[in-house]
Amino acid sequence: MVLRKTGYLTKEELVNSKCYPSEERFKKGPVAIIECTEEIPCNPCELACKFKAIKIGKPITNIPILDENLCTGCGLCIAKCPGLAIFTVDKTYSDKEGLISFPYEYLPLPVTGSIVKAVNREGKVVSSGKVIKVLNNESLDRTPVVTIAIPKEKLDEVRGIKRLESKDLK
Amino acid sequence: MIKKEVVIIGGGPSGLSAAVEAAKRGAKVLVVDENLRAGGQLFKQIHKFFGSSAHRAGIRGIDIASELLEEARECGVEVWLNSVVVGLFKEKKIAIKKKLSDDSEKLEIIQAKKIVIATGASENAVRFKGWTLPGVMGAGAAQTMINVNRVLPGKRILMIGSGNVGLIVSYQLMQAGAEVVGVIEAAPQIGGYGVHAAKIRRAGVPIYTSHTILEARGDKGVEEAVVCEVNDNWEPIRGTEKVFKVDTITIAAGLKPLIELAMMHDCKCSFIPQLGGWVPLHDENMESTNPGIYLVGDVAGVEEANTALEEGRLAGTAIAEALKYISLEDAGKLKKEIWQRLNELRMGPFGEARMLAKNNISARCKI
Repeated sequence: MVLRKTGYLTKEELVNSKCYPSEERFKKGPVAIIECTEEIPCNPCELACKFKAIKIGKPITNIPILDENLCTGCGLCIAKCPGLAIFTVDKTYSDKEGLISFPYEYLPLPVTGSIVKAVNREGKVVSSGKVIKVLNNESLDRTPVVTIAIPKEKLDEVRGIKRLESKDLK
Repeated sequence: MIKKEVVIIGGGPSGLSAAVEAAKRGAKVLVVDENLRAGGQLFKQIHKFFGSSAHRAGIRGIDIASELLEEARECGVEVWLNSVVVGLFKEKKIAIKKKLSDDSEKLEIIQAKKIVIATGASENAVRFKGWTLPGVMGAGAAQTMINVNRVLPGKRILMIGSGNVGLIVSYQLMQAGAEVVGVIEAAPQIGGYGVHAAKIRRAGVPIYTSHTILEARGDKGVEEAVVCEVNDNWEPIRGTEKVFKVDTITIAAGLKPLIELAMMHDCKCSFIPQLGGWVPLHDENMESTNPGIYLVGDVAGVEEANTALEEGRLAGTAIAEALKYISLEDAGKLKKEIWQRLNELRMGPFGEARMLAKNNISARCKI
Protein backbone atom coordinates (compact mmCIF):
# COMPACT_ATOMS: atom_id res chain seq x y z
CA MET A 1 0.00 0.00 0.00
CA VAL A 2 1.24 3.46 -0.94
CA LEU A 3 0.40 4.72 2.56
CA ARG A 4 3.36 2.81 4.03
CA LYS A 5 5.69 4.52 1.60
CA THR A 6 4.29 8.06 1.47
CA GLY A 7 2.53 8.38 4.81
CA TYR A 8 -0.83 9.42 3.42
CA LEU A 9 -3.82 7.83 1.75
CA THR A 10 -5.25 8.79 -1.61
CA LYS A 11 -8.96 9.01 -2.33
CA GLU A 12 -8.57 6.04 -4.69
CA GLU A 13 -7.10 3.91 -1.90
CA LEU A 14 -9.93 4.92 0.41
CA VAL A 15 -12.56 4.13 -2.23
CA ASN A 16 -10.89 0.79 -2.98
CA SER A 17 -10.80 -0.05 0.74
CA LYS A 18 -14.56 0.71 0.81
CA CYS A 19 -13.80 3.43 3.36
CA TYR A 20 -15.30 6.33 1.39
CA PRO A 21 -18.95 7.42 1.32
CA SER A 22 -20.77 7.17 -2.01
CA GLU A 23 -21.59 10.26 -4.08
CA GLU A 24 -25.31 9.50 -3.53
CA ARG A 25 -24.72 9.78 0.22
CA PHE A 26 -22.74 13.03 -0.15
CA LYS A 27 -25.78 14.51 -1.94
CA LYS A 28 -27.89 13.97 1.20
CA GLY A 29 -25.74 16.14 3.49
CA PRO A 30 -22.81 15.91 5.90
CA VAL A 31 -21.18 12.52 6.40
CA ALA A 32 -18.11 11.13 8.19
CA ILE A 33 -15.02 9.87 6.39
CA ILE A 34 -12.86 7.47 8.41
CA GLU A 35 -9.36 7.47 6.94
CA CYS A 36 -8.15 4.43 8.90
CA THR A 37 -7.23 1.45 6.72
CA GLU A 38 -4.75 -0.50 8.84
CA GLU A 39 -5.55 -3.19 11.38
CA ILE A 40 -4.48 -1.44 14.56
CA PRO A 41 -5.85 -2.18 18.05
CA CYS A 42 -8.21 0.76 18.53
CA ASN A 43 -11.97 1.24 18.82
CA PRO A 44 -13.06 4.49 20.54
CA CYS A 45 -14.85 5.66 17.36
CA GLU A 46 -17.28 2.76 17.59
CA LEU A 47 -18.47 3.86 21.04
CA ALA A 48 -18.41 7.55 20.08
CA CYS A 49 -21.19 7.16 17.50
CA LYS A 50 -24.65 7.52 19.03
CA PHE A 51 -26.26 6.25 15.85
CA LYS A 52 -24.21 3.03 15.79
CA ALA A 53 -22.98 3.95 12.33
CA ILE A 54 -19.39 2.84 13.03
CA LYS A 55 -18.71 -0.88 13.36
CA ILE A 56 -15.47 -2.48 14.55
CA GLY A 57 -16.58 -5.41 16.71
CA LYS A 58 -14.15 -8.10 17.78
CA PRO A 59 -11.20 -8.21 17.56
CA ILE A 60 -10.53 -4.51 18.07
CA THR A 61 -7.97 -4.63 15.27
CA ASN A 62 -10.82 -4.77 12.73
CA ILE A 63 -10.94 -1.76 10.41
CA PRO A 64 -13.79 0.63 11.25
CA ILE A 65 -16.65 0.41 8.76
CA LEU A 66 -19.07 3.32 8.40
CA ASP A 67 -22.71 2.67 7.60
CA GLU A 68 -23.28 5.78 5.52
CA ASN A 69 -27.05 5.53 5.87
CA LEU A 70 -26.91 5.59 9.66
CA CYS A 71 -24.30 8.38 9.79
CA THR A 72 -25.80 11.84 10.29
CA GLY A 73 -22.49 13.67 9.85
CA CYS A 74 -22.81 15.05 13.39
CA GLY A 75 -19.03 14.90 13.83
CA LEU A 76 -19.00 13.52 17.39
CA CYS A 77 -16.45 10.90 16.32
CA ILE A 78 -13.88 13.44 15.06
CA ALA A 79 -12.29 14.32 18.39
CA LYS A 80 -12.72 10.79 19.78
CA CYS A 81 -10.34 9.26 17.22
CA PRO A 82 -6.86 9.00 18.81
CA GLY A 83 -5.39 8.84 15.31
CA LEU A 84 -7.08 12.12 14.28
CA ALA A 85 -8.22 10.23 11.19
CA ILE A 86 -11.93 11.11 11.05
CA PHE A 87 -13.37 14.04 9.11
CA THR A 88 -16.84 15.14 8.12
CA VAL A 89 -17.60 16.56 4.71
CA ASP A 90 -20.76 18.42 3.67
CA LYS A 91 -21.04 18.72 -0.09
CA THR A 92 -24.49 20.37 0.15
CA TYR A 93 -23.44 23.58 1.97
CA SER A 94 -23.95 25.94 -1.00
CA ASP A 95 -23.80 25.91 -4.78
CA LYS A 96 -20.08 26.46 -4.96
CA GLU A 97 -18.77 25.63 -1.52
CA GLY A 98 -18.75 22.69 0.84
CA LEU A 99 -17.67 22.16 4.43
CA ILE A 100 -14.87 20.06 5.85
CA SER A 101 -14.49 19.52 9.60
CA PHE A 102 -11.23 18.22 11.00
CA PRO A 103 -9.39 17.87 14.34
CA TYR A 104 -6.86 20.63 15.01
CA GLU A 105 -4.58 20.31 18.06
CA TYR A 106 -2.32 23.31 17.50
CA LEU A 107 -2.20 26.79 18.99
CA PRO A 108 -3.18 29.42 18.12
CA LEU A 109 -6.62 28.24 17.06
CA PRO A 110 -8.14 29.82 13.96
CA VAL A 111 -10.80 32.48 14.47
CA THR A 112 -14.32 32.11 13.07
CA GLY A 113 -14.75 34.18 9.92
CA SER A 114 -11.04 34.36 9.11
CA ILE A 115 -9.50 33.18 5.86
CA VAL A 116 -7.07 30.24 6.12
CA LYS A 117 -4.94 28.16 3.77
CA ALA A 118 -6.52 24.75 3.18
CA VAL A 119 -4.07 21.86 2.77
CA ASN A 120 -4.41 18.40 1.25
CA ARG A 121 -3.26 15.09 2.80
CA GLU A 122 0.30 15.93 1.74
CA GLY A 123 0.28 19.28 3.50
CA LYS A 124 0.20 21.26 0.25
CA VAL A 125 -1.94 24.39 0.11
CA VAL A 126 -4.64 23.73 -2.50
CA SER A 127 -7.17 26.49 -1.83
CA SER A 128 -8.16 29.13 0.63
CA GLY A 129 -10.92 28.48 3.11
CA LYS A 130 -13.18 30.42 5.41
CA VAL A 131 -13.42 29.36 9.04
CA ILE A 132 -17.09 28.62 9.80
CA LYS A 133 -16.85 27.08 13.25
CA VAL A 134 -14.26 26.24 15.93
CA LEU A 135 -15.47 23.82 18.59
CA ASN A 136 -13.41 23.36 21.73
CA ASN A 137 -15.74 22.26 24.51
CA GLU A 138 -14.95 19.95 27.41
CA SER A 139 -16.30 16.81 25.75
CA LEU A 140 -13.73 17.19 22.97
CA ASP A 141 -11.00 16.79 25.62
CA ARG A 142 -8.55 19.29 24.14
CA THR A 143 -9.00 18.19 20.53
CA PRO A 144 -10.63 21.23 18.91
CA VAL A 145 -12.71 20.60 15.77
CA VAL A 146 -12.48 23.21 13.03
CA THR A 147 -14.95 23.58 10.15
CA ILE A 148 -14.00 25.49 7.02
CA ALA A 149 -15.82 26.29 3.79
CA ILE A 150 -13.85 25.52 0.62
CA PRO A 151 -14.59 25.16 -3.11
CA LYS A 152 -16.65 22.02 -3.70
CA GLU A 153 -14.12 20.44 -6.05
CA LYS A 154 -11.52 20.38 -3.25
CA LEU A 155 -13.66 18.51 -0.71
CA ASP A 156 -12.19 15.07 -1.43
CA GLU A 157 -8.71 16.49 -1.10
CA VAL A 158 -8.52 19.06 1.73
CA ARG A 159 -7.95 17.58 5.18
CA GLY A 160 -6.64 20.47 7.25
CA ILE A 161 -5.16 23.93 7.23
CA LYS A 162 -1.67 25.32 7.24
CA ARG A 163 -0.66 25.83 10.86
CA LEU A 164 -1.14 29.36 12.11
CA GLU A 165 1.42 31.49 13.88
CA SER A 166 0.54 34.12 16.44
CA LYS A 167 1.29 36.85 13.89
CA ASP A 168 -1.37 35.40 11.55
CA LEU A 169 -4.07 36.40 14.01
CA LYS A 170 -3.14 40.07 14.06
CA MET B 1 16.34 -5.24 57.34
CA ILE B 2 12.78 -4.26 56.44
CA LYS B 3 10.34 -6.96 55.36
CA LYS B 4 7.69 -6.21 52.77
CA GLU B 5 5.09 -8.34 51.13
CA VAL B 6 5.31 -6.98 47.57
CA VAL B 7 7.93 -4.57 46.21
CA ILE B 8 7.52 -3.10 42.75
CA ILE B 9 10.56 -1.56 41.13
CA GLY B 10 9.44 1.24 38.82
CA GLY B 11 6.20 3.25 38.98
CA GLY B 12 5.37 3.49 35.29
CA PRO B 13 2.16 2.16 33.73
CA SER B 14 2.99 -1.53 34.22
CA GLY B 15 4.39 -1.14 37.76
CA LEU B 16 1.48 0.99 38.93
CA SER B 17 -1.16 -1.29 37.45
CA ALA B 18 0.54 -4.31 39.08
CA ALA B 19 0.55 -2.40 42.38
CA VAL B 20 -3.14 -1.47 42.13
CA GLU B 21 -4.21 -4.97 41.14
CA ALA B 22 -2.32 -6.67 44.00
CA ALA B 23 -3.19 -4.01 46.59
CA LYS B 24 -6.92 -3.96 45.86
CA ARG B 25 -7.02 -7.71 46.66
CA GLY B 26 -5.38 -7.03 50.02
CA ALA B 27 -1.61 -7.30 49.43
CA LYS B 28 0.69 -4.76 51.07
CA VAL B 29 2.56 -3.12 48.23
CA LEU B 30 5.56 -0.79 48.06
CA VAL B 31 6.44 0.96 44.80
CA VAL B 32 9.98 2.31 44.49
CA ASP B 33 10.60 4.94 41.81
CA GLU B 34 13.73 6.93 41.06
CA ASN B 35 11.83 9.98 39.84
CA LEU B 36 10.21 12.94 41.60
CA ARG B 37 6.79 11.47 40.84
CA ALA B 38 5.53 8.10 39.69
CA GLY B 39 3.82 7.62 36.34
CA GLY B 40 6.84 6.78 34.22
CA GLN B 41 6.57 7.78 30.59
CA LEU B 42 2.80 8.36 30.89
CA PHE B 43 3.27 11.99 31.92
CA LYS B 44 5.00 12.62 28.57
CA GLN B 45 2.17 11.08 26.58
CA ILE B 46 -0.07 14.06 25.92
CA HIS B 47 -1.89 12.28 23.06
CA LYS B 48 -5.05 10.22 23.23
CA PHE B 49 -4.27 6.51 23.54
CA PHE B 50 -5.23 3.77 21.14
CA GLY B 51 -6.66 0.52 22.45
CA SER B 52 -10.05 -0.64 23.63
CA SER B 53 -12.58 1.94 24.77
CA ALA B 54 -13.42 -0.52 27.56
CA HIS B 55 -9.94 0.17 28.93
CA ARG B 56 -9.14 3.84 28.78
CA ALA B 57 -8.55 4.14 25.03
CA GLY B 58 -9.14 7.66 23.79
CA ILE B 59 -7.82 9.06 27.08
CA ARG B 60 -4.55 10.96 27.13
CA GLY B 61 -1.54 9.26 28.77
CA ILE B 62 -1.13 12.12 31.26
CA ASP B 63 -4.71 11.60 32.46
CA ILE B 64 -4.26 7.82 32.71
CA ALA B 65 -1.21 8.46 34.93
CA SER B 66 -3.24 10.69 37.26
CA GLU B 67 -6.03 8.08 37.45
CA LEU B 68 -3.56 5.29 38.22
CA LEU B 69 -1.83 7.31 40.94
CA GLU B 70 -5.20 8.09 42.51
CA GLU B 71 -6.21 4.41 42.41
CA ALA B 72 -2.89 3.42 43.97
CA ARG B 73 -3.39 5.96 46.75
CA GLU B 74 -6.96 4.75 47.38
CA CYS B 75 -5.92 1.14 47.80
CA GLY B 76 -3.08 1.97 50.15
CA VAL B 77 -0.03 1.48 47.96
CA GLU B 78 3.10 2.90 49.60
CA VAL B 79 5.35 4.87 47.24
CA TRP B 80 9.01 5.80 47.74
CA LEU B 81 10.00 8.52 45.31
CA ASN B 82 13.46 9.76 44.43
CA SER B 83 14.67 6.34 45.50
CA VAL B 84 16.92 4.16 43.39
CA VAL B 85 17.14 0.39 43.52
CA VAL B 86 20.88 -0.20 43.38
CA GLY B 87 20.94 -3.95 43.77
CA LEU B 88 18.89 -7.10 43.77
CA PHE B 89 20.35 -10.01 45.71
CA LYS B 90 19.60 -13.64 46.48
CA GLU B 91 16.55 -14.45 48.58
CA LYS B 92 14.75 -11.44 47.13
CA LYS B 93 16.74 -8.78 48.92
CA ILE B 94 16.56 -5.30 47.44
CA ALA B 95 19.09 -2.53 48.14
CA ILE B 96 17.50 0.90 47.85
CA LYS B 97 19.11 4.31 48.05
CA LYS B 98 16.14 5.99 49.71
CA LYS B 99 15.60 9.74 49.72
CA LEU B 100 14.51 10.98 53.15
CA SER B 101 12.30 13.97 53.89
CA ASP B 102 15.30 16.12 54.88
CA ASP B 103 16.76 15.37 51.41
CA SER B 104 19.46 13.08 52.81
CA GLU B 105 19.89 9.55 51.50
CA LYS B 106 19.85 6.25 53.33
CA LEU B 107 20.59 2.76 52.13
CA GLU B 108 17.71 0.43 52.98
CA ILE B 109 17.69 -3.32 52.53
CA ILE B 110 14.29 -4.83 52.01
CA GLN B 111 13.39 -8.47 51.82
CA ALA B 112 10.21 -9.04 49.84
CA LYS B 113 7.96 -12.05 49.38
CA LYS B 114 7.29 -11.00 45.79
CA ILE B 115 9.18 -8.60 43.56
CA VAL B 116 7.95 -7.01 40.35
CA ILE B 117 10.62 -5.59 38.05
CA ALA B 118 9.03 -2.80 36.01
CA THR B 119 12.12 -0.88 35.00
CA GLY B 120 11.05 -0.12 31.44
CA ALA B 121 13.42 0.43 28.54
CA SER B 122 16.07 2.85 27.32
CA GLU B 123 16.44 4.52 23.95
CA ASN B 124 18.82 3.11 21.37
CA ALA B 125 21.54 5.40 20.07
CA VAL B 126 22.51 5.85 16.43
CA ARG B 127 26.18 6.60 15.91
CA PHE B 128 27.26 8.89 13.08
CA LYS B 129 29.85 11.59 12.54
CA GLY B 130 29.07 14.48 14.88
CA TRP B 131 26.58 12.51 17.00
CA THR B 132 28.07 13.88 20.21
CA LEU B 133 27.34 17.52 19.26
CA PRO B 134 24.91 19.35 21.53
CA GLY B 135 21.53 19.21 19.81
CA VAL B 136 21.64 15.50 18.99
CA MET B 137 19.31 13.74 21.40
CA GLY B 138 16.90 10.88 21.86
CA ALA B 139 13.31 11.49 20.76
CA GLY B 140 12.27 10.52 24.28
CA ALA B 141 14.54 13.18 25.72
CA ALA B 142 13.02 15.80 23.41
CA GLN B 143 9.56 14.61 24.45
CA THR B 144 10.45 15.00 28.14
CA MET B 145 11.74 18.50 27.45
CA ILE B 146 8.59 19.72 25.68
CA ASN B 147 5.88 17.86 27.57
CA VAL B 148 7.28 17.66 31.11
CA ASN B 149 9.76 20.54 31.38
CA ARG B 150 8.07 22.80 28.79
CA VAL B 151 11.36 23.64 27.12
CA LEU B 152 11.73 23.58 23.33
CA PRO B 153 14.92 21.66 22.44
CA GLY B 154 15.26 23.54 19.16
CA LYS B 155 13.41 25.44 16.47
CA ARG B 156 14.21 23.35 13.41
CA ILE B 157 14.32 19.63 13.96
CA LEU B 158 15.19 16.52 11.94
CA MET B 159 13.71 13.26 13.24
CA ILE B 160 15.58 10.00 12.68
CA GLY B 161 13.19 7.02 12.68
CA SER B 162 9.57 6.66 11.57
CA GLY B 163 8.26 4.22 14.15
CA ASN B 164 5.36 5.39 16.30
CA VAL B 165 7.74 7.20 18.68
CA GLY B 166 9.35 9.15 15.83
CA LEU B 167 5.98 10.06 14.29
CA ILE B 168 4.25 10.99 17.56
CA VAL B 169 7.17 13.01 18.91
CA SER B 170 7.44 14.85 15.56
CA TYR B 171 3.78 15.82 15.92
CA GLN B 172 4.25 16.91 19.53
CA LEU B 173 7.33 18.97 18.64
CA MET B 174 5.15 20.89 16.18
CA GLN B 175 2.45 21.29 18.82
CA ALA B 176 5.15 22.74 21.07
CA GLY B 177 6.01 25.27 18.37
CA ALA B 178 9.01 23.76 16.60
CA GLU B 179 9.35 23.10 12.90
CA VAL B 180 10.08 19.50 11.88
CA VAL B 181 11.93 19.59 8.56
CA GLY B 182 11.57 15.88 7.91
CA VAL B 183 11.57 12.33 9.17
CA ILE B 184 14.35 9.99 7.99
CA GLU B 185 13.73 6.25 7.79
CA ALA B 186 16.36 3.71 6.73
CA ALA B 187 13.79 1.01 5.90
CA PRO B 188 11.93 1.21 2.57
CA GLN B 189 8.64 1.68 4.46
CA ILE B 190 7.34 3.83 7.28
CA GLY B 191 7.56 1.99 10.60
CA GLY B 192 4.63 3.36 12.60
CA TYR B 193 0.88 3.56 12.13
CA GLY B 194 -0.41 5.17 8.93
CA VAL B 195 -2.68 7.50 10.90
CA HIS B 196 0.31 8.93 12.81
CA ALA B 197 2.21 9.39 9.54
CA ALA B 198 -0.82 11.03 7.88
CA LYS B 199 -1.11 13.49 10.77
CA ILE B 200 2.39 14.87 10.24
CA ARG B 201 2.22 14.64 6.45
CA ARG B 202 -0.79 16.96 6.30
CA ALA B 203 1.14 19.27 8.63
CA GLY B 204 3.69 19.46 5.80
CA VAL B 205 6.42 17.16 7.15
CA PRO B 206 8.10 15.00 4.47
CA ILE B 207 9.04 11.40 5.32
CA TYR B 208 12.18 10.14 3.57
CA THR B 209 12.16 6.32 3.44
CA SER B 210 15.36 4.43 2.43
CA HIS B 211 17.41 7.30 3.88
CA THR B 212 19.99 7.43 6.64
CA ILE B 213 21.87 10.12 8.53
CA LEU B 214 25.53 10.55 7.63
CA GLU B 215 26.69 13.49 9.66
CA ALA B 216 25.77 16.26 12.07
CA ARG B 217 27.74 19.41 11.37
CA GLY B 218 28.24 22.45 13.51
CA ASP B 219 30.69 24.37 15.62
CA LYS B 220 29.31 24.47 19.15
CA GLY B 221 26.08 22.63 18.38
CA VAL B 222 24.11 21.18 15.50
CA GLU B 223 23.82 23.53 12.52
CA GLU B 224 23.34 21.06 9.68
CA ALA B 225 22.32 17.46 9.17
CA VAL B 226 23.57 15.49 6.17
CA VAL B 227 21.42 12.57 5.03
CA CYS B 228 21.53 10.29 2.00
CA GLU B 229 19.67 7.44 0.34
CA VAL B 230 20.49 3.82 1.14
CA ASN B 231 20.42 0.82 -1.19
CA ASP B 232 18.73 -2.53 -0.59
CA ASN B 233 21.60 -3.53 1.71
CA TRP B 234 21.08 -0.35 3.73
CA GLU B 235 24.40 1.06 2.48
CA PRO B 236 24.67 4.80 1.74
CA ILE B 237 24.48 5.72 -1.96
CA ARG B 238 27.11 8.32 -2.87
CA GLY B 239 25.90 11.45 -4.60
CA THR B 240 22.43 11.37 -3.00
CA GLU B 241 23.35 13.57 -0.04
CA LYS B 242 20.90 16.21 1.18
CA VAL B 243 21.73 18.91 3.70
CA PHE B 244 19.15 20.24 6.16
CA LYS B 245 19.68 23.43 8.14
CA VAL B 246 18.61 22.31 11.60
CA ASP B 247 19.53 23.00 15.22
CA THR B 248 18.34 19.68 16.61
CA ILE B 249 18.47 16.04 15.53
CA THR B 250 16.21 13.66 17.44
CA ILE B 251 16.72 9.92 17.31
CA ALA B 252 13.85 7.44 17.50
CA ALA B 253 15.62 4.19 16.71
CA GLY B 254 13.81 1.88 19.07
CA LEU B 255 14.19 0.91 22.70
CA LYS B 256 15.83 -1.90 24.61
CA PRO B 257 14.65 -3.47 27.88
CA LEU B 258 16.43 -2.33 31.06
CA ILE B 259 17.30 -5.81 32.32
CA GLU B 260 20.24 -5.15 34.67
CA LEU B 261 18.32 -5.84 37.88
CA ALA B 262 16.77 -8.99 36.43
CA MET B 263 20.26 -10.20 35.52
CA MET B 264 21.54 -9.48 39.04
CA HIS B 265 19.02 -12.01 40.32
CA ASP B 266 20.04 -14.51 37.64
CA CYS B 267 16.80 -14.36 35.67
CA LYS B 268 17.37 -16.24 32.43
CA CYS B 269 17.40 -13.96 29.40
CA SER B 270 17.14 -14.52 25.68
CA PHE B 271 17.94 -12.31 22.68
CA ILE B 272 14.65 -11.52 20.92
CA PRO B 273 14.96 -8.76 18.30
CA GLN B 274 11.16 -8.39 17.94
CA LEU B 275 11.03 -7.34 21.60
CA GLY B 276 14.01 -4.99 21.59
CA GLY B 277 16.98 -7.27 22.38
CA TRP B 278 17.84 -9.19 25.55
CA VAL B 279 14.63 -10.04 27.38
CA PRO B 280 14.23 -11.92 30.69
CA LEU B 281 12.13 -15.04 30.12
CA HIS B 282 8.72 -15.08 31.81
CA ASP B 283 5.69 -17.36 31.98
CA GLU B 284 1.98 -16.59 31.45
CA ASN B 285 1.85 -15.02 34.94
CA MET B 286 4.77 -12.71 34.02
CA GLU B 287 6.91 -14.67 36.52
CA SER B 288 10.62 -14.93 35.67
CA THR B 289 12.72 -18.08 35.85
CA ASN B 290 13.21 -17.14 39.53
CA PRO B 291 10.00 -17.96 41.43
CA GLY B 292 8.52 -14.87 43.07
CA ILE B 293 10.20 -12.39 40.74
CA TYR B 294 7.90 -10.97 38.10
CA LEU B 295 8.59 -8.77 35.06
CA VAL B 296 6.09 -6.40 33.48
CA GLY B 297 6.03 -3.74 30.77
CA ASP B 298 8.94 -2.88 28.49
CA VAL B 299 11.53 -4.79 30.57
CA ALA B 300 9.64 -7.94 29.58
CA GLY B 301 9.89 -6.98 25.90
CA VAL B 302 9.39 -3.53 24.39
CA GLU B 303 5.76 -2.92 23.41
CA GLU B 304 3.48 -0.02 24.30
CA ALA B 305 1.54 1.43 27.23
CA ASN B 306 -1.67 -0.57 26.74
CA THR B 307 0.11 -3.93 26.84
CA ALA B 308 2.22 -2.66 29.75
CA LEU B 309 -0.95 -1.86 31.73
CA GLU B 310 -2.39 -5.32 31.02
CA GLU B 311 0.86 -7.10 31.91
CA GLY B 312 0.87 -5.21 35.20
CA ARG B 313 -2.68 -6.38 35.93
CA LEU B 314 -1.65 -9.93 35.07
CA ALA B 315 1.30 -9.96 37.48
CA GLY B 316 -0.71 -8.18 40.18
CA THR B 317 -3.45 -10.81 39.93
CA ALA B 318 -0.95 -13.69 39.92
CA ILE B 319 0.72 -12.26 43.03
CA ALA B 320 -2.61 -11.83 44.84
CA GLU B 321 -3.32 -15.46 43.96
CA ALA B 322 0.09 -16.71 45.13
CA LEU B 323 -0.29 -14.80 48.42
CA LYS B 324 -3.79 -16.31 48.81
CA TYR B 325 -5.71 -13.03 48.70
CA ILE B 326 -7.90 -14.45 45.94
CA SER B 327 -8.91 -17.99 45.13
CA LEU B 328 -7.35 -20.04 42.38
CA GLU B 329 -10.69 -19.99 40.59
CA ASP B 330 -11.20 -16.20 40.72
CA ALA B 331 -7.61 -15.55 39.69
CA GLY B 332 -7.95 -17.94 36.78
CA LYS B 333 -11.02 -16.13 35.52
CA LEU B 334 -9.40 -12.69 35.85
CA LYS B 335 -6.18 -13.77 34.16
CA LYS B 336 -8.11 -15.31 31.28
CA GLU B 337 -9.87 -11.99 30.66
CA ILE B 338 -6.57 -10.09 30.75
CA TRP B 339 -5.00 -12.55 28.33
CA GLN B 340 -7.90 -12.11 25.92
CA ARG B 341 -7.30 -8.35 25.93
CA LEU B 342 -3.53 -8.78 25.55
CA ASN B 343 -4.02 -11.08 22.57
CA GLU B 344 -6.36 -8.55 20.95
CA LEU B 345 -3.87 -5.73 21.45
CA ARG B 346 -1.21 -7.86 19.75
CA MET B 347 -3.27 -8.74 16.69
CA GLY B 348 -2.93 -7.16 13.25
CA PRO B 349 0.18 -6.47 11.16
CA PHE B 350 1.83 -4.28 13.83
CA GLY B 351 1.44 -6.79 16.68
CA GLU B 352 1.83 -10.25 15.12
CA ALA B 353 5.61 -10.51 15.48
CA ARG B 354 5.39 -9.43 19.13
CA MET B 355 2.56 -11.88 19.82
CA LEU B 356 4.56 -14.79 18.37
CA ALA B 357 7.70 -13.76 20.28
CA LYS B 358 5.76 -13.39 23.54
CA ASN B 359 4.06 -16.78 23.18
CA ASN B 360 7.41 -18.32 22.38
CA ILE B 361 8.86 -16.88 25.61
CA SER B 362 6.10 -18.41 27.75
CA ALA B 363 6.66 -21.77 26.10
CA ARG B 364 10.42 -21.66 26.68
CA CYS B 365 10.00 -20.69 30.30
CA LYS B 366 8.31 -24.02 31.01
CA ILE B 367 11.23 -26.11 29.72
